[in-house]
Parts: sequence; structure tokens; C-alpha cells
Amino acid sequence: MSLYTALVAPFTEFEFMRRALAAIIALSLGGAPIGVFLMLRRMSLVGDAMAHAILPGAAIGFLLSGLNLFAMLTGGLIAGFLVAILAGVVSRSTGLKEDASLATFYLASLALGVSIVSVKGTNIDLLHVLFGNILAMDDQTLLVVACNATITLVVLAVIYRPLVIESVDPLFLRSVSRAGTPAHLVFLALIVINLVSGFQALGTLLAVGLMILPAGIARFWSRDISGMICVAVVSAMLSGYAGLVLSFQTRIPSGPAIILVAAALYIASVLFGRVGGVVRQLFPGRHLEA
Amino acid sequence: MRWFAPIIFAAAMAVHPLRAEDRLNVVASFSILGDLAKNVGGDKVDVATLVGPNGDVHVYAPAPSDAKKNADARLLVMNGLGLEGWLPRLVQSAGSKATIVTASNGISPLQLGSDADPHAWQSVPNVKIYVANIRDALIAADPAAAAVFRANADRYLGELDALDAEVRAAIAKIPPERRKVITTHNAFGYFAAAYGVSFVAPVGVSTESEPSARDIATLIQQIKAAKIPAVFLENLSDDRLIRRIAAETGAKAGGTLYSDSLTDEKGPAPTYIALVRHNIKALTSALGN
Repeated sequence: MSLYTALVAPFTEFEFMRRALAAIIALSLGGAPIGVFLMLRRMSLVGDAMAHAILPGAAIGFLLSGLNLFAMLTGGLIAGFLVAILAGVVSRSTGLKEDASLATFYLASLALGVSIVSVKGTNIDLLHVLFGNILAMDDQTLLVVACNATITLVVLAVIYRPLVIESVDPLFLRSVSRAGTPAHLVFLALIVINLVSGFQALGTLLAVGLMILPAGIARFWSRDISGMICVAVVSAMLSGYAGLVLSFQTRIPSGPAIILVAAALYIASVLFGRVGGVVRQLFPGRHLEA
Repeated sequence: MRWFAPIIFAAAMAVHPLRAEDRLNVVASFSILGDLAKNVGGDKVDVATLVGPNGDVHVYAPAPSDAKKNADARLLVMNGLGLEGWLPRLVQSAGSKATIVTASNGISPLQLGSDADPHAWQSVPNVKIYVANIRDALIAADPAAAAVFRANADRYLGELDALDAEVRAAIAKIPPERRKVITTHNAFGYFAAAYGVSFVAPVGVSTESEPSARDIATLIQQIKAAKIPAVFLENLSDDRLIRRIAAETGAKAGGTLYSDSLTDEKGPAPTYIALVRHNIKALTSALGN
């Protein structure tokens, strides 16, 4: 098999592969920078928690208008925002840590969601309907994903300075500006829209994975935040592309394939990363001499 | 003492509710069997179903209220052929004393992979066997109403014969080289065998497994190569994938085929006969010229 048939032909021959690639690129642009900030703020597991928080909103959307994707997504967004913002407000105004208050709210939200679904009485798997497949990108889904990436990048640019300063030195930020709390809340909202758009395009595993794993990879290749963001975006795109090719050549389902490639990249980075990689620490290079 | 009589009467009603007394409690595992049991039992039975309209019988999780339905039942109608893997445990845990009827007894099962294909009700001749099994079980459970059950079953079997003829006539109008479709769920093996329409499925027997990029690509090539004229969505699986495949191959997206469950009253397939009629109409309009 030539290199061309292995790596390029799947995309030239099949439109669904091109669409999947486009979706991956858009999701990487939006999700990977978010992942970097999540990691810097020690909130890497928040993605998983938020995934569960979205359920009751989707369930209410389902109750109101049946199996309507738009209604369920809107419901999911509202529920996600509510949980994120309530948790943010509680942790900012009381002594409770962010992770603890988020855990409380998402568990309550999940319980509510499950109850609402069972009251309705049918057992169609809501999440199955809500969560799409990367191979089934229709125009509407692609548009949602692209809009989401655009919004994320623009908003991140606006709140970049307070967000960065708060990630590294919150006390300093508090002494010079009051932008910390609003920036944090906006950031939580960004997490939610990225998750919801990721879910309906890819499913839980992939949406959260494509956000968090590239950030972990980036940590081993760059010391400053802008460098990290670049590495994260590139490695997310690379994992997406390689995962699609892997899924095309080996019959591994696409979502897991993409995450497996990202995980392999992560392990390689842990071992060989330029910044704090294991090999680097065991065999430090010679000091530069004049 | 005149005030006393109504109270005694009410108490007697409470102990022996008149209507429920002479009706047989029947539980069916899913909506299609429930419909068959209602048709044969008529007003001599009360039919409850465990997996109701639009529910997916493959991935069903029983609720406590279902255990209660089972505990009250005299007769439990199940499909068999491995469809209701969850049922034996439910019966055991509910402490049910119901007689279990396997409606598919006596049909010749098709293979699906290494297991028997459970979706036998997609062929009308098989359903006639289902109906006969249900009739015999009802008669055994309530011999006093035997005549009613026989009359109901004969009437319903007549309707099924007419339905079978209708399906064959409709298929005969489709040109033989166009009698093939793609659907998400390969629940139509028996339909294919009985009426000569081929069904190709992108996902395996269960609604669980997730396709890889390779699977989708193979399928697209297959549709193009075999010139399959129509792709069908099913009421249970994610349909975005099928629409994508349809867009990519130029095949017609032919609407919904109902396979494992009836719809509710307002839907297009509230009874078994309506379900078959709906499916055959969808097939002929997508495959006909």
C-alpha cells in the first residue's frame, strides 16, 4: 500500500472523511486552548463533570418537544451554564473549593436528569440521540462546531490577560483588577459550549478527550502559555487526523481511535518531552558554554 | 339497617372487583406481542406490556413496576429466540407464577451471526404461528372462554392472510433488480426471506456497536457498486449516519421502517397490521420507479 493510498486517499475518495476532518480541525481550535487553561487551573476533570451536568437540560428539551435535536441542545446548554455558574459563584463567595461545589451540582443535576427521563417513561437512550458520531457530520452539525470555534477564539482573546494572570498569580490579579471573577465565569461558559458542541458532533469520550489530552501533551513541549496553546491545537489536529486514518485502516471505531492516538502522543511526550520529559531528566544535556 | 347494605356491597366489590375477576391478566414482553395478545384475547383479557411503544427491547432495563406486572400475571407472552435476555431474571425476582408462552415456538429460525435471529415477527406467516401459540395458551389458561378466543383468533388470522397477500402484491410491483435496501438495524431477515427483498445493514444485530470509518467506507462502496436504490432509517438508531451515507451515494433516503416496536396511538404504526402496512408503503414508494 503506497503512502498516498494509506494517508490521503481516504479523504479524497469519501466526503464523510473530509467532513470528519473539518470537524476535528474546528473542534481542536476551540477545545484545545480551553483544555490548556483547564489544566493550568487544575480543573482537568471538570470536563467529565460537566458532561453529566448537561443531561437534565437535554431531558427537559426532550420532554417539551420530543426528539428534537435543537431543543435538546438548547436545554443542555442552559443546564450546563446553570451548573457551571452556580458552582463558580458558590466557590467564589464561600470557602468551598471549586471541584467540591461542582461535584455537588453535577451529581444533583445528573440525578434530576435521570428522574426526568424515567418520568417520561420511554427508554430511548437520550445520550445516544444527543451524542453524535464523527463520521456522521451533517451541514448543521458542522456549522455549529465551526461557530463554536470562532466564538471560543474571539472570547478567549478578550479575556486572555485576566485569565492568564489569574491562572498563575490570582492574588496579584485581585490586587490590581476586579476582572478575575467575570473572566472565570466567562471561561466556565466557554467550557460548556465547547462540550455541548463536541458532544453532538463526537460523543462524550471524544469531546472531553480532545480537550484535555492535547493540553497534557503541550505541557511537555513548551514553558509559556501561548506556546502551549499552539502545541495543544496542533497535537489535537494531528491526533484527529491520525485517528481517522487509523479507524479507516483498522476498523477501530473512530472516537476511540482518535483518543488512542492522542494517548500515544501523550506517552511519547512524557518520555521524550523537551520540558521535563523523563528521558530529558535522566540524561540532561550539557550546559551551554560560551 | 338500610345504610348498611351499600357498605357491604362496597366491601364485596373491594374484595371481588367484578370486572377484573373474569378477565385474564396477560403480560407481553414488548408492544408487538401485546397487540397480538389483545387481538386474540379481546375483552376477556387485560394485556400489559413491559417494553411499551417506541421502546428498544434490546437494551431494556426493567423497572420495579414491571416486576409487579409480572407478579400479577397469569400468562407471560415472550418472543423467545434470545430476544428478551433480561426476562428470565425479572420473572424469577418478581416471584411470578405466570405460565410463560414462547410465541415463536414452531417457526423455523434464521441465523444471524452465530445466534438465532429473533426478529421473526417481520414475516406475516410467522406471526400466524405466533397467534396460534397465543390462542392455545389463552385457552389453556381460561378454558371457559375458549370459544371466544378461537373466534377472535380465526378473525385475526383472516386479517393476517389478507395482509400477507397485500405485501406480496406490493412487492411484485417493484422491478426485481430494485428489491434491495440498506437499513440501520438488520431486523428484517425474516421479511427478506419471506418476500424476497434484500436488506443490508451498516451496524450489527444490536443497536449498541459503533461503526468504524472503514465500515462506513465499505458500505458506501457497496451501495455504489450494487446500485442499491434506497437507504432506510429505523425508529431506534441514530439517523444522521444514514443521511450522510445517502447524501454520499445518491441513494434515496426512504423514511422510517418500524422493526422492533409499535408507535403510540398517534404514530403511523400503532398496531402490528398498521406497522406492516406502513413498512410496505415506505418500501414501495422508495423502490418503485
